[in-house]
Amino acid sequence: MSVQTYFNELADHVTSLVSDEEVANLSFAAEDSDFVRFNQSKVRQAGSVQQRELGLDLIKGSKHCSGSLTLAGDSEQDRARVAKLVTDLRERRDLLPDDPHLLYATEPNSSELIKTGSLPSGGDAIGQIQEAGQDRDLVGIYAAGSIYSGFANTFGQRNWHQSENYNLDWSYYHGGDKATKSSYAGFEWDPAGLASKAERAASQLEALARPARKVERGDYRVYLTPAALREIMGMLSWGGFGLKSHKTKESPLIQMVEGDARLASSVTIRELTGEGIAPNFQEQGFLRPDAVTLIEGGAYKDCLISPRSAKEYGVETNGATAWESPESIDMAGGSLVEADVLKEIGTGIYVSNLWYLNWSDRSSCRTTGMTRFATFWVEGGEIVAPLNVMRFDETAYRVLGSNLVGLTAEREMILDAGSYGRRETSSARLPGALVNDFKFTL
Amino acid sequence: MIETLSARFQRALPGGVDFCSLRYSSERSESLVVRDDILQPVSLGEDAGVMLTVIHGGGLGYAATSDLSEEGIAEAIKRAQAWAERSAGRSVIDFEQIPPSHPQGSYQGPCAQAWDSTSLNDKIDLLQGLSKQLKISDKIVTWAAGLGVVWNDTFTLTNGGGRLEQSFTYIFPSLRAVANEGSETQKRTFGANAYCQQGGLEVLETLAFGESATQIATEALQLLDAPDCPTGAMDLLLGPDQMILQIHESIGHPIELDRILGDERNYAGTSFVTLDMFGTFQYGSELLNVSFDPTRPEQMASYGFDDEGAPATKEFVIEKGKLLRPLGGVTSQKRANIEGTANARACSWNRPPIDRMANLNVEPGESSFDDLVKGIERGVLMETNSSWSIDDSRNKFQFGCEIGRVIEDGAVKGVVKKPNYRGVSRDFWRNLKGVGDASTYKVMGTPNCGKGEPNQVIRVGHASPTCLFGDVEVFGGV
Repeated sequence: MSVQTYFNELADHVTSLVSDEEVANLSFAAEDSDFVRFNQSKVRQAGSVQQRELGLDLIKGSKHCSGSLTLAGDSEQDRARVAKLVTDLRERRDLLPDDPHLLYATEPNSSELIKTGSLPSGGDAIGQIQEAGQDRDLVGIYAAGSIYSGFANTFGQRNWHQSENYNLDWSYYHGGDKATKSSYAGFEWDPAGLASKAERAASQLEALARPARKVERGDYRVYLTPAALREIMGMLSWGGFGLKSHKTKESPLIQMVEGDARLASSVTIRELTGEGIAPNFQEQGFLRPDAVTLIEGGAYKDCLISPRSAKEYGVETNGATAWESPESIDMAGGSLVEADVLKEIGTGIYVSNLWYLNWSDRSSCRTTGMTRFATFWVEGGEIVAPLNVMRFDETAYRVLGSNLVGLTAEREMILDAGSYGRRETSSARLPGALVNDFKFTL
Repeated sequence: MIETLSARFQRALPGGVDFCSLRYSSERSESLVVRDDILQPVSLGEDAGVMLTVIHGGGLGYAATSDLSEEGIAEAIKRAQAWAERSAGRSVIDFEQIPPSHPQGSYQGPCAQAWDSTSLNDKIDLLQGLSKQLKISDKIVTWAAGLGVVWNDTFTLTNGGGRLEQSFTYIFPSLRAVANEGSETQKRTFGANAYCQQGGLEVLETLAFGESATQIATEALQLLDAPDCPTGAMDLLLGPDQMILQIHESIGHPIELDRILGDERNYAGTSFVTLDMFGTFQYGSELLNVSFDPTRPEQMASYGFDDEGAPATKEFVIEKGKLLRPLGGVTSQKRANIEGTANARACSWNRPPIDRMANLNVEPGESSFDDLVKGIERGVLMETNSSWSIDDSRNKFQFGCEIGRVIEDGAVKGVVKKPNYRGVSRDFWRNLKGVGDASTYKVMGTPNCGKGEPNQVIRVGHASPTCLFGDVEVFGGV
């Protein structure tokens, strides 16, 4: 039995358990994943994870109670446990007050997306990755397999999202903290594709072998690769684009939302669900539009609105999750040509990756963080030396605003390698950014 | 459950493998939050599954499954064995070098007052009451009171007769008040959610949860009108709810043995600490004494055995400022040929154990809070972590707090907002010049420490007195 059929049968079973006065929303997340961890081009830990998790919100009028359960994935075994969950939730729910902000989809809107892939066997994956690590110090994680998401309700709505993919996220270390970071992710595993990525990553090792340069604190012209810019976008996504954080005045973009602050006119940011790999439905059954424009021409436009926020603040939901954070963020490109980036830097710093960002002053959208991996000192449009790690402290209003020189025309699609709880399905498509007077503080 | 799964495991055990274990973990949870006087959706959780581990021919493989049937367990063992065979001769260590462990024992964490000893409505009423105490002004624009519980039951069985059973109860109280005026927003919380402990509802009284709401809201309002934290090199007095973050990031992570061995270099990072520094390196001033202590029952990461089966004991990792031993479990100890601690831990049934912190505590000193303040000519007292950032070698850090108080000429003066400080780990700890006594000591925790590939988030405990540091780079807002 396919995982989709199993989930649909479970949903039918729950439908048979609820009364005419009740509504049930079911969300489902599962994976069959292989994980192989490498250090020094050797296997550190290798294994697989098979998990099935059901979320269930049991509603009667304006009262509801939700629960979650890990399941075997076998209908016979799981029916009794799901029935007990329904009983427990019903008992709990009846003790609770009405929820004035409860909102869920009532018009069935079913969908299905199944993306199959071609993945290597575990043995082949280890062999090919170790080959890429031969005579090099490779460290990282190979994750591959099927990821499943589903939604169902007692109105008959069924949504299914299934993807078979891989994500090799790795670094080549030259020594100490000098390394180059790379990833090979997608749906059709190709040994030649891996070898090509590996060669490109290894080509930076030569520059990392040069004596490292230290620079003093101060303001520098920098180029942020798409991977580095993704870290800054991650901070903006931490409350910057959600309606609730705007309404509760906790948004890091509060000076944009309520004041005159603006980003550069070349900055347009969208939640582009239609071109990402995340499901287009959420746990109350609402579908997401293909695109929500968050920042347009440097100005705040729309935000992500969960059903709960929609009810609380009297607006329409756009199918955001409870976190109201982008999952398929997309930033428009500019006119800089990637191949000319070193020339455009002139004298300054090429930043491959940023790391461990956090707020220095949230209300001012001011963040601190570190450079990491391959960061180079550039002079005369040429890489001169690797740079020792530096701490920065900057506001988005300068980096993507007054000090933004330009964005590259080329953009990179970055698939999230994260796996807290289960493998992520979020992604980011971003250009690189050339920035003046980027402030380093330590 | 243990007898059922034990029988299934015994029947599914393959012949001829060097080692096979089953680790079961079940977490049940309930979470209650009242935000802006409205009860948020109540959620119950139950997460259970097994991790099967096989060591064979020098390779190690694992397979985790939420299918607890005999077929599910047998299938997982086959997958684990296949991974062991694939990784044999290709691994960072020949796992045959590590003697198989078949420990026996049990551990029960504390719980004096069970969660269900008070009704659901009583708990909601408590939170509603605290919520109303938080809303003391129109300038408090959002506020919340929360209470959560987690029950974790685990057991490990091995093919050599090993049998470990452990169970734990965790309580998570939370409060927050957000004040706003124009584009200025300030927040105060109940220790940044770090007032969490093992135990039952008795923990709430220990932590004075019911008496903290008004002060939190009052301080959020004070911050709106406060000046920015001063800038410059000065004395820094850190309360326990910031010390725990300082310990966590600039002592705990750098001395994790798997980081030192390079496992985390692609994700959580490496370490400025190297193996040759243990036993010789002066990590901090002579006032600094740090213990790995999984034996303090109420603390978040107290347990009887780690997930490799090693019995948990208290060990000093830093004594009189000198670095003594790393945080590393049996596998890492064998790889590095150095003594460590019983801290190989998995966050759940679906992840393999790696080196984690457990409880890492700064031992109390001899100074009262007043004595520490009296010794300060110019400085800032900072409390409650709000921001944390450190480089991948755990050297250059910058941390921020919710609230600061200026100290001048030995007296605490007014509140300042946006207090931040930055430094380099070894220099910072060597500038430790005062350690508070037991009266300043608090037992807290970090509920969400992330690390590992695949990623794992785990509960960690920290306890600390108030501590005084000299010559720290302090700064405020823009």
